[in-house]
Amino acid sequence: MHPISTVHYLALSAALLLIGTVGVLTRRNIVVILMSIELILNAVNINLIAFSHSLPPIEGHPNVGGQVFAIFVITDAVAEAAVGLGILIALFRNKETVLADEIDLLKW
Amino acid sequence: MDVILFLIFAIIAVVCAINVVVQTHPISSAISLVGVMGSLAVLYLLLGAEFIAAAQVIVYAGAIMVLFVFVIMLLNAGAETKKGQSTMALFLGVPLLAGLLIVMSWYLQGWFPANTTVHFGGFSLPALPGKVAESGGSAHQVGMALFTTYLLPFEVTSVLILIAILGAIVLARKEMD
Repeated sequence: MHPISTVHYLALSAALLLIGTVGVLTRRNIVVILMSIELILNAVNINLIAFSHSLPPIEGHPNVGGQVFAIFVITDAVAEAAVGLGILIALFRNKETVLADEIDLLKW
Repeated sequence: MDVILFLIFAIIAVVCAINVVVQTHPISSAISLVGVMGSLAVLYLLLGAEFIAAAQVIVYAGAIMVLFVFVIMLLNAGAETKKGQSTMALFLGVPLLAGLLIVMSWYLQGWFPANTTVHFGGFSLPALPGKVAESGGSAHQVGMALFTTYLLPFEVTSVLILIAILGAIVLARKEMD
């Protein structure tokens, strides 16, 4: 059987990225849009860890730079979810809706 | 073994990701997203990243999803009704999307020839003389890199989290008179 290599992980990451992009563009519910952004960030994480796995070791130590950056991406995702949901609660308090196309305060 | 594990969990991840997008009720999307996070954690284990796999389960499947479900319950948003979607876009978009994915995979295959095989726990290096064999994704290795080489980005990240906490509190509080 053909062995699994870095390319397969990159293809999975591309698939998750495309699905997440479709979710951001087509859904109306802001909560689901935020979840799709989490999908996109996870696609980035797969890429980082797959490259960290495929890079050669430095002076006998494994190359964990990609994994450290994956930790930073996870931190970013948490901060983004917290602030995004805070914005959503503030919007819901004013407009009584969570649908992105009904929030048109700036539309003239 | 590696091929079977990868295929099973990659397919679970992709199917759950599609489910996140196509489900109309936000709670169903949230549960599907937990499935994506869990299967991705297994894939990280396959790549030898043990610490990231644990962090993925704790932070994503635990903390972030609880936050999402909490907000969904709080806002009590029901199922979303479709509006302004043409069937033409559906029939044209799905094949075009699949075609884009195939083209991307094709080019990736060309750029990264399949010479780096992934084995379960294959990140472990052979033991150096006089030392214990170490795994690449262990908390020891990741912590060493995080607190020596990447110390400045780590400290800047703490400022980012502080700003995010303040921002979330300011955005979500009630206006005081």
